[in-house]
Amino acid sequence: MKYTEEHEWLLPEGDLIVVGITEYAAEQLGDVVFVELPEVGTEVTKDEEIVVIESVKAASDILAPLDGEIVEVNEALADNPGKVNEDAMGDAWFFKIRPSDLSPMDDYMDEAAYKDFIG
Amino acid sequence: MTELSKTPLYELHVELGGKMVPFAGYEMPVQFPAGIMTEHNHTRAKAGLFDVSHMGQVILRGPDVASAFETLVPMDVAGLGEGRQRYGLFLNDQGGILDDLMFANRGDHLFVVVNAACKEADTAHMKAALEPAISVTPVTNRALLALQGPGAEAVLAGLAPEAAQMRFMDVRTLELQGAECWVSRSGYTGEDGYEISVPSDQAEALARTLLAHDDVMPIGLGARDSLRLEAGLCLYGHDIDAATLPAEAGLTWAIQKLRRTGGAREGGFPGAEPVLAQIAQGPARLRVGLRPEGRAPMREGVELFAEAEGGAPIGRITSGGFGPTVGGPVAMGYVPADLAAPGTTVYGELRGKRLPATLTKLPFVAANFKR
Repeated sequence: MKYTEEHEWLLPEGDLIVVGITEYAAEQLGDVVFVELPEVGTEVTKDEEIVVIESVKAASDILAPLDGEIVEVNEALADNPGKVNEDAMGDAWFFKIRPSDLSPMDDYMDEAAYKDFIG
Repeated sequence: MTELSKTPLYELHVELGGKMVPFAGYEMPVQFPAGIMTEHNHTRAKAGLFDVSHMGQVILRGPDVASAFETLVPMDVAGLGEGRQRYGLFLNDQGGILDDLMFANRGDHLFVVVNAACKEADTAHMKAALEPAISVTPVTNRALLALQGPGAEAVLAGLAPEAAQMRFMDVRTLELQGAECWVSRSGYTGEDGYEISVPSDQAEALARTLLAHDDVMPIGLGARDSLRLEAGLCLYGHDIDAATLPAEAGLTWAIQKLRRTGGAREGGFPGAEPVLAQIAQGPARLRVGLRPEGRAPMREGVELFAEAEGGAPIGRITSGGFGPTVGGPVAMGYVPADLAAPGTTVYGELRGKRLPATLTKLPFVAANFKR
C-alpha cells in the first residue's frame, strides 16, 4: 500500500488501484456526513479534485492521485458516510481507478514514511 | 498578533483531550475525543457541560437602572420581575443589530451576558450611554458554565435542590459546592438547562464535580453550534449583524408590545424609527430555515436562487451544517419575504450545481424548556 501527502491510501488490485483516505485523515475530519463521488467512466487527471467529503466541521476535497479512468465507486458511502470514520482503511474505500500512468506511485510514501509524515 | 486568552477551565479542557482552537480571542475546545456528533446527541439525550467563560458578563447598577437600560434596548426592562431573565438586542441608529444578549433583574442590579466577540464594544456602548448615572462593570473574576440537556435538572439539583424549582428564564443565586453562583435556567441549545456564573477560582472544581456525574459529558464549540442551529437560534456575526434589523431576522417577538408603535413606552431606543417602521410595514427579506435535500450540507455563504437554472441570487445561507438530531443538513438564511413561506423550494448553489432546499419553520428540533 502507498500513501500520498493528501492522506490517501492506494492499494493495487489487479490492474486497478483502490483509493481511500487514511484513518488519521478521517480522525482529523471528524464525523463524516456526506461524500460525493465521481461518476464511473470519468477520465481524471492527477491532482484534480474528484471527491467531496463533508464532515460536521467542514468540506474537504480528495484529489485524483493518478491519471486514469474511474471504473468503480463505493456507492455505500452515499447512504452511510459515517463508514469513513468506522473503517477508513477498509470498507470505506472511495473509488477504483484504472491508471494510465503509474509512475507517480514511485514517489508516494510507504507505510513507514507515512507514519513519519504524520508524526 | 495579540496573545489568545484562556478561560479558567483551559487546563481541564486540555486534560480532557479538548481540541483547542482560537475563538473570539480565546483558546477554546472545538471538540473533545467523543466528537461533535456524539457530544451533540449526548446533550439532547442526557446533559452536556459547556465552557462559555469567553462571553462577557456585565453588571449595571444605579438609580432606576431598568429605565436607563430601556434607552439602549427595545425591550421591556422595567416590567421584568426580580429573578427573571430576558433576551435583548443592542441596536445602532439605523436599527442594525450590534449584538444579542441576555439580561436579568437581580434585585438591586441588572446582570447582562453578551457575546465574546462583541464584549469590548458592548461595554463601551453601555458606558457611553449610561455613565455616570449607572455604573457599568465588566465581571472579570467569574467563569460561565452551561449545563444543558434533559438531565441537567437532576444533576444540578444534586448540588442545590432549589435548582429544580426554577422555571425557564428564572435566575437565582445558588450555593454550589460552597461557591456563590449566579444561575439562570436558560441556554443556547433548545434544551432545558442552566447557565452558571461561578467565581473563577472555584470554576474548575465545580466543572469536575458536574463532569463526574454519569450523565454529563464535556461539549465543545462544534456541538454548541449544531445544537443552536437545530434550535433555530441566531449566531451573532452570521445570522444577524449590524446590517440586519430585528424584524427581518424574525426577532420581533423579542420586542415587547409596549415598546412598539402605540405601546405605553413606545420607541426611545437607538434605531427606534427604522426598527418600528420595518415591523409595521413588514420586512423585504426574512430569516428562514432550510432543509437541503439529500445529504450535502449548505454552509454559510451559499447563494440561493428561486429557480434550478438562471436568474440572479435571491439570498444566501448565513449558517448551515449537518443536524445530528434532524439526521440531515439544516441551514438558516435570508430570502425575499414573498418567497419565505414554509414549503417553498429554493436552490442553493454548491460547487457549481444548484441543489433544492425546502424552507422550513424554525426551530428544526422542538424546544424542550421547563416553562
